Amino acid sequence: MAGSTHALPTASVKAGTIGRTKHVSAGLEAWRRFRRHRLAVVSAVILTLMVLAVALGPLLWQVPINDIDFTARLKGPSWSHPFGTDDLGQDLLARMLYGGRISLAVGLAAMSVAIVVGTVVGAVAGISRGSVDAGLMWVTDLFLALPQLPLLLLIIYLFRDSLKVLVGPEFGVFILIVAVIGAFRWMPVARLVRAQFFSLREKEFVEAARALGATTPRLVVRHILPNSLGPVIVAGTIDVANAIIAESTLSFLGLGFPPDIPTWGRILFDAKDYLDFAPHWALFPGAAIFLTVLTINFIGDGLRDTLDPRKVM
Amino acid sequence: MNEHQLRGLIAKVKTGKLSRRAFVHRMVALGLTAPLASQMLDFAGVAKAQSTFEYKPTKRGGGGTLKTLFWQGATLLNPHFAVGTKDQEGSRIFYEPLAGWDADGNLVPFLAAEIPSVENGGLARDGLSVTWRLKKDVKWHDGHPVTADDLLFNWEYASDPETAAVTVGSYKDVKVEKVDALTVRVRFERPTPFWADAFVGTRGMIIPKHLFEPFKGAKSREAPTNLKPVGTGAYKFVAFSPGDVVKGELNPDYHLPNRPYFDTIEMKGGGDSVSAARAVIQTGEYDYAWNVQVEDEILKRMEQGGKGRAEIVPGGNIEHIQLNSTDPWTEVDGERSSIKTKHPLLADPAVRQALGMLVDRASVEQHIYGRAGVATGNFLNNPERFRSKNTKWEFNIDKANQVLEAGGWKRGPDGIRSKDGKKLKLVYQTSTNAPRQKNQAIVKQACQKAGIDVELKSVTASVFFSSDVGNPDTYTKFYCDIQMYTTTMTEPDPVKFMDQFTSWEISSKDNKWQGRNITRWRSEEYDSAYRKAEGELDPVKRAALFIRMNELVCNDHAVIPVVYRPKQGAISSKLHASISGWDNDLWNVRDWYRDA
Amino acid sequence: MSRYLLRRLAIVIPSLLGISIVLFTVLALAPGDPFEELATNPNIPQEVRAGLREKFGLDDPIALRYLRWFMAMVHGDWGFSFVSRVDVDVLIRQRLSTTLFVVGSSQILALLVALPVGVFAATRPYSIFDQIANTLAFIGFSLPTFFTGILFILLFSIYLDWLPFVYRADISATGWHWYWAHIKQALMPVAVLGLFQGASWTRYVRSAALDVIRLDYVTTARAKGLAEGTVVVKHVVRNALIPVVTLVALQMPAVFGGAIVTEQIFRIPGIGSLLITSILANDTPVIMAVTFVFACLVILFNLLADILYGWLDPRIAYR
Repeated sequence: MAGSTHALPTASVKAGTIGRTKHVSAGLEAWRRFRRHRLAVVSAVILTLMVLAVALGPLLWQVPINDIDFTARLKGPSWSHPFGTDDLGQDLLARMLYGGRISLAVGLAAMSVAIVVGTVVGAVAGISRGSVDAGLMWVTDLFLALPQLPLLLLIIYLFRDSLKVLVGPEFGVFILIVAVIGAFRWMPVARLVRAQFFSLREKEFVEAARALGATTPRLVVRHILPNSLGPVIVAGTIDVANAIIAESTLSFLGLGFPPDIPTWGRILFDAKDYLDFAPHWALFPGAAIFLTVLTINFIGDGLRDTLDPRKVM
Repeated sequence: MNEHQLRGLIAKVKTGKLSRRAFVHRMVALGLTAPLASQMLDFAGVAKAQSTFEYKPTKRGGGGTLKTLFWQGATLLNPHFAVGTKDQEGSRIFYEPLAGWDADGNLVPFLAAEIPSVENGGLARDGLSVTWRLKKDVKWHDGHPVTADDLLFNWEYASDPETAAVTVGSYKDVKVEKVDALTVRVRFERPTPFWADAFVGTRGMIIPKHLFEPFKGAKSREAPTNLKPVGTGAYKFVAFSPGDVVKGELNPDYHLPNRPYFDTIEMKGGGDSVSAARAVIQTGEYDYAWNVQVEDEILKRMEQGGKGRAEIVPGGNIEHIQLNSTDPWTEVDGERSSIKTKHPLLADPAVRQALGMLVDRASVEQHIYGRAGVATGNFLNNPERFRSKNTKWEFNIDKANQVLEAGGWKRGPDGIRSKDGKKLKLVYQTSTNAPRQKNQAIVKQACQKAGIDVELKSVTASVFFSSDVGNPDTYTKFYCDIQMYTTTMTEPDPVKFMDQFTSWEISSKDNKWQGRNITRWRSEEYDSAYRKAEGELDPVKRAALFIRMNELVCNDHAVIPVVYRPKQGAISSKLHASISGWDNDLWNVRDWYRDA
Repeated sequence: MSRYLLRRLAIVIPSLLGISIVLFTVLALAPGDPFEELATNPNIPQEVRAGLREKFGLDDPIALRYLRWFMAMVHGDWGFSFVSRVDVDVLIRQRLSTTLFVVGSSQILALLVALPVGVFAATRPYSIFDQIANTLAFIGFSLPTFFTGILFILLFSIYLDWLPFVYRADISATGWHWYWAHIKQALMPVAVLGLFQGASWTRYVRSAALDVIRLDYVTTARAKGLAEGTVVVKHVVRNALIPVVTLVALQMPAVFGGAIVTEQIFRIPGIGSLLITSILANDTPVIMAVTFVFACLVILFNLLADILYGWLDPRIAYR
């Protein structure tokens, strides 16, 4: 037992000092470290390519997404339809390129909301304790307890028409769904960060910094936060997958995007009953979600190792 | 088709030139119901057809468990509270009506000794009353005898507004009186051609007076027998958990010999249609699955295994597109789609006609609904070949373009037509449901090619079909240009179905959008035909009136019928069951049996 | 510590009250009503629906409806379902054991997978084992449960015909047959849920363990000559548990709330399927009851987690 409780995380203290002395070259140093993480670099390239593909792809692959062709139903990949077709004979490549914009945007937006809101709430609660902590945790519990579906119904009902006037029907629903999915992902991050803060703020290196006269914001930003980012990065990467899937689950329940908008999750959902005789339909969206998750995770790992000065590369 | 032609057809049935079934099908295709068609034949004195269903078992019981799957499980077992079909089905295992409807629209007696007719004195010639006689010696599951008092009680129970029964519509406008211990007379306020509503079919199940009497009116919810039914059916209650499972066991005192065949029955709820179909057709784990809405492509592949098949029974449910007669985008006196306005685009017959030609019904049938959705124009003008494709409806983009062009709608630079500065843009709404969205996509694509810009909108079903006044997305408000949904017409008589085009039923703010006329379409000729049909006692004349009304609506394109939706169940190849489109699936579960 | 606990407990009641107000308002404002199926049936007069709305008090002001709900709740009356007209607590009790069993086992399975795999992977970062474990984890949480569920059904029920895919809460067999039947039908749903959850937890455990594994005290412990196993279990795992405890506490209310999609696919008569049918039918009393119990559990388990932090890391001071 002795080891665990008395252990001095001296490494962290060192980390702090190193960070400070090499302040000037920190950015460069981080880039150097990140570059060494080969998988992360490859992943970053692939993810960029995917984003470019969904952003520019529809310009190159100009098959309409809703072009119904009953003579080409459930066809496997071919030159005219590289990803095959679905049960109405619509081109899956075009649909995936189009839907990918939504899926990637929902995933990334939800991740950013989760990380930013979660980290801020968790950090503030974790450092200030007392009534601020209690209040913030009340909000967290409230969000955890709120049932997503009725809330989404309510929000769509309240805001759809006004948003439709402002930005058009599809984009309006998009904003609402991103907002709702984002609003429901930050709570685990907040609690994780808060728990890390509880543990870290009592550690010797924080005490030391405090004794040296560091202000609380400085303590948080330079000492505690960097050390509590491990679970945040994991949570963020998992959130991308969860958000993409959550969007499809919403569509499955009749909420979310109208079913004729081919998000990846939606295509996967539509394909599931045809799995035994048209596996290509499920394969491509499944692989796309997997690839997104995989690359974001490796980038996350890379970032984590970059930010973790203890790691010897 | 007029009255004269109808009589000609009936004569053909009489002489055997046309089969009874073919006649019924043809009437259904004209927008009537099978019960009404068979009523015409009865009235004309055509002998009843023998039921094709043959019950083979020679002793009661011994069949093991009958396992059925309902992707929506029953949530309550009091037939007077049944919110949906699923609840009626659950109740139907235990409760019986006086009579039920078979697939051809004939009445089949259950608790009634016989079906009332003018000949046997059951039916008054003036159409003001019907007398029902109960079968002798029928007992409730707890041993009490079934008497006329039970029928009387059901009428009082359901018609009491405090009970909040959903069956109130069938009972509130009639008077029921006891004639003797086993006989009751149902009296109508006006001559009523369609007399078989109260105590018959889906809303006619009879509950026992001695158990429900203390729970009439406001206390109705507290009756313990709401959850533990005591009925007269072939199966007795064993267990129930709402939304999950209903279990029953053989009733040893059932009032028909050798029935039922199964020792126990199980109705399992939940899940989705596709896996329900798999459990019946692919693995054979279950015997019957209710209402499977599965793409035909998938069903056909499942059927190749040979363990089961899809059972398709004709009914009258119809998926249709409604065109708004009023302007949904202008608010008048606090409501949109007000009857004081006219739709800026759809008021032009050319636009309505073109839209009718842009619905690719054949593809919708073939690629979305399969056998469970038969393309229809609701009007067939070729009596030689039922379901002929050579009918008044057609899918023709070129012709639609010509019609629009001739109507003065010219294409703009963006390909969208316009006239007098009004762009041809329509918002098309429906409830969220995969086949409907595919249907929308097909219509939208055709419209694009004809220069009509269609914006699709889908609303969650529970919101679309809700009745809250504050909600702008309900189908009764119809705050958009066109909308699509299915109206169920499993009802035995079309009179309540057809009132949705009468001018006094127009949905508006004044009636809190509770009017049935959603399209807000009006026609004086229609109104007077409807009034006539309500009191017309000759079923043939009445049928001719309904057919005329249907023509009026369809020819003016107030609605665009898309597909008929027959009932589609999944059934094990060993199970023998006769499903009816005019009653519950389990209406004659007492006769179901399985090959050993 | 006990003062801290008292203070936390004291604010539980007002916070629950606040949550219940927000929940109720959201549910009451959401559009729709429970009588959808009556709508398309032409033989049911529209007045019936209006009458039902009035009878169930759906047209009253929200504040009044909330007060009515609150007063009944204080007396232990949960209300009744608009759809089945059955008391809500009866509905919940009927389904609770199934959900506890299925979702509970899946969470245990998830922990049993995540802890050893995560820790072991962290002790050998970027080894073959770590790479394989990571890839499997990525696949695990990037495939939605509706998809893996169907995949399992196709494979194990339809092609191999090993397992049933219709879950039955009421198996009539007795003795070991009963247990066997229950285990057989629970295998697929538990695996689908457990592996999905386990996959993401594995990532957290690995990350948390990685955070502590390179700390000096671990090296010290090793230097003291402690066996590698002891080092890992006593020093690494315990410190890595803080995030895990947080996550498990976050997940525990779901053991009550059920798993909507998985319960739907396997027809498990649990709370999740009750909740989703109620939501789709706008059956407010049921939704309110389930979400309110859920909220209580959220608060309870998060409080428990806060207390556990102090046990895992005694230096955490509660003020």
